[in-house]
Amino acid sequence: MVAALQKKSPSAAAETPASVAGAASSRIRIAAVSHGFDGPSGRLEVLENVDLDIAPGEFVALLGPSGCGKSTLLRLVAGLEQASKGSITQDGQPITQPDPSRIVVFQDPTLFPWRKVWDNVALGLQAQGILKQEKGRVDEALKRVGLQDFAHSWPHQLSGGMAQRVALARALVNNPRLLILDEPLGKLDSLTRLELQSELVSLWRKNGFSALLVTHDIEEALFLAQRVVIFSPRPARIIAEIKVDQPYPRHRGDPALAELRREALERLGLAQSW
Amino acid sequence: MNVRAALEQSPVREAPPELPGVAVLYPPEATAIPASASLQTQESIPAGTFRFYWFGLAAVAAWALLGAVTLILPDRPAGFNESWAYTREFGVLALVFSAFWATLTVLASFRQGPRFVRQIDGLFRYSVPWIIVSALIFALWEYLTAKQGVPDWAQLNPPFFAPPSALIDAYLSDYARLADSAYNSVKLLLEGILWGVAVGFITGVSIGWSKRANYWVHPILRLVGPLPPTALLPLAFFFFPSSHAASVFLIALATGFPVAILSWSGVASVNKAYYDVARTMGASEWFLIFRVAVPAALPQVFVGLFMGFGASFVVLIVAEMMGVKSGLGWYLTWAQGYAAYVNMYAALIIMTIIFSGLISLLFAMRDRVLIWQKGIVKW
Repeated sequence: MVAALQKKSPSAAAETPASVAGAASSRIRIAAVSHGFDGPSGRLEVLENVDLDIAPGEFVALLGPSGCGKSTLLRLVAGLEQASKGSITQDGQPITQPDPSRIVVFQDPTLFPWRKVWDNVALGLQAQGILKQEKGRVDEALKRVGLQDFAHSWPHQLSGGMAQRVALARALVNNPRLLILDEPLGKLDSLTRLELQSELVSLWRKNGFSALLVTHDIEEALFLAQRVVIFSPRPARIIAEIKVDQPYPRHRGDPALAELRREALERLGLAQSW
Repeated sequence: MNVRAALEQSPVREAPPELPGVAVLYPPEATAIPASASLQTQESIPAGTFRFYWFGLAAVAAWALLGAVTLILPDRPAGFNESWAYTREFGVLALVFSAFWATLTVLASFRQGPRFVRQIDGLFRYSVPWIIVSALIFALWEYLTAKQGVPDWAQLNPPFFAPPSALIDAYLSDYARLADSAYNSVKLLLEGILWGVAVGFITGVSIGWSKRANYWVHPILRLVGPLPPTALLPLAFFFFPSSHAASVFLIALATGFPVAILSWSGVASVNKAYYDVARTMGASEWFLIFRVAVPAALPQVFVGLFMGFGASFVVLIVAEMMGVKSGLGWYLTWAQGYAAYVNMYAALIIMTIIFSGLISLLFAMRDRVLIWQKGIVKW
């Protein structure tokens, strides 16, 4: 069933704005990946035989019960850990270690409290040793998230939404070809979350990176992604994929999205709550 | 920090909208007054107003009283002397201070003038309670130690208790030796502290970062660390080529242990997500240590430095009392040998100033380095 659903993905990718497809984004291929941890009470299987393709420039959301292992999959794609079985490739190259072309935005902003906002955003360029030549990119990234006036603030002076925006700027400054979003809006209040969802869409459309989002929020997944992949409880398997064939910018009240939401809830075994 | 404090002090409270038929619960005046209302009243006095600062007179009076007690009451014989040296000078000095406070009181009564004058006024007004109390303490001290007319049971007997005026004598007659001792103490202390901080910090970061370093160094640290360095004193004096080298080693040991432990725990407790963030952005191991682990550990490192400084002071003084032939610790035992208790007080006061100064310096450094922390304690 999974393989049949995957055949749909190229058409979903075709929706991506043509101007940004190509060099700015990566194709990620996850093939037969299984992964687990050795815990005190034996081995804990987290991922089971996961196959997933992300086309260049595509926005894919992963949805599933909490603790099912979606975040583990993100860590594997980021290269922070190695899969026990199966292969993950980026544009045909196996992923063996972290790389600035694949940047993660975590649920917590994890800004370095000892650096001002500007220096936090400059982190990636500094780590790669190109900050001196590329200083302008930091200012530009801050402008992209609308925080150019806060360049000299300390992280503890920012609100939660602003801090997460800085985290986004810190990711975007690296010009990632894949942006990995691990419940990035999970801890924000609902108004800020709606605001940042729209901002994420426009950043994605402008920059053209591929995006892989983990979320608990069905509306969020349907609002942002071209394809929503639904996982089973642990060990996580892909149980369904929903293609969101709606043009951007989307409207939250769109009856087509409401219909897809019903379908997603059904797949998650929550049809009663509809 | 300042911005935040200012924001917190002046909450923006909007006056409730005046709807017809709805009672206004808060009068507009009440909502407009910020939390720091008491500070505002000073500002609102127009420039050029003269309002006499009566409380300043209390400072003038207290120091005049100190001068009077010192000059008017007769000294009681102390040891071989009929009177203490420099009693007159001490009394005159107190009166000079009294006159100085009088000048400041008049100055503080004018609510105008250039910025620096108003700053001095502010400092003076802030300090007046302490100025008064210190004069009273000095007066009581002088009275109980140097003056006749105190019943025998209440007297603090010389030479164990010296009057403050006698300290002037000690400083003037023995300033060369005191200065030399202070210089040698500071030199020895700084040498030991620098070694201790450097070695302790590198050790701590290494065992916090590397499993292998932890395997080999941790057990040694665990065994040797809690041993008081002063217990090693006799051995150290024997093993090292000079008592100076031995003292440097022991002071370094005393400083290094807490610095190592807290640098270690600082590095070990860094939020692992910081490493993930840096690694996905292409950070090298060098970057992870020096740009992530070390800055994140600094708050704990400063706690270690504070503890290490305290321990180093103890070792310094004991080492100087036991074997080093110079320094303030040596001066104390030397003065004790001559029953020169006044000189001991003089040396103790210098010690207080040096050690307190070093700790203040440390805190000033911390405030500068850890400016990013909120709610930092002021020393």
